[in-house]
Amino acid sequence: MYQSERERWEIRIDKEADIVAVRQRVRDIAKEHRFDQFAVAALTTAASELSRNVWVHAQKGIALISVLRNGHKIGVELEFVDHGPGIADLNRALAGGFSTSHSLGLGLSGTKRLVDEFSIDTGPARGTKIVIRKWKKEF
Amino acid sequence: MPYGPIPILKLGSTLLATIQIELHDTVVDSFQNDVLEEIERTGSNGLIIDISALETVDSYVARMLANTGKMAKLMGAETVIVGMRPAVAATLVRMGYFMEGISTALSLEEGLELHARRSKLPDGMVDS
Repeated sequence: MYQSERERWEIRIDKEADIVAVRQRVRDIAKEHRFDQFAVAALTTAASELSRNVWVHAQKGIALISVLRNGHKIGVELEFVDHGPGIADLNRALAGGFSTSHSLGLGLSGTKRLVDEFSIDTGPARGTKIVIRKWKKEF
Repeated sequence: MPYGPIPILKLGSTLLATIQIELHDTVVDSFQNDVLEEIERTGSNGLIIDISALETVDSYVARMLANTGKMAKLMGAETVIVGMRPAVAATLVRMGYFMEGISTALSLEEGLELHARRSKLPDGMVDS
């Protein structure tokens, strides 16, 4: 897999407006690489859910957006890293319908269903790192 | 507040709110309060929320819109959300969010027709 330096963006999340900034940047990148409208909406919504999680639970963190190339395949990878409280009961959080604050609930479980790859590294007092990937469909 | 409010217009007995901007959480929060206050102030029995310009509706915005409809309903006003884009509908359902209890219509025209039909029906009758 090849990732060029040029195609990587970092956005700091430390205020509510940054949720919108991440969402807009992801939308622009997905459109620029000609993802179809359903994939653009899925990626943008996933970006919104995960950046809100950072803001609500950790107050600050970073979003890393990368364009991936694997042969002729193009994908977008989003990585969210924070040093907040972490998620103690991950299985329950991923099962959905669970909420520790106003924003979670469908956040993680819903986001997982919108993307092709989802990985999470978290634990109490350890912060949270979530990486998601979505590949462009070739028709 | 750094972002302007969402305009709410009165059309007969119906209020029309058209969301034309990228939604910040704070804007959604204040919109909910504004629209409920406008229902009271104008005595409107219908509310149409036009989201045709929205490219992204995440679970937070979806929940706020659905809750606004439920609150308006408690006050006696029926809400119709109009113009949801295909990709927004697909994304919400894939996430497992179905906006239960909220009426929707394809377009503003259809939303207005739905309100007109409803207000002609006797109390307690449900439109099929």
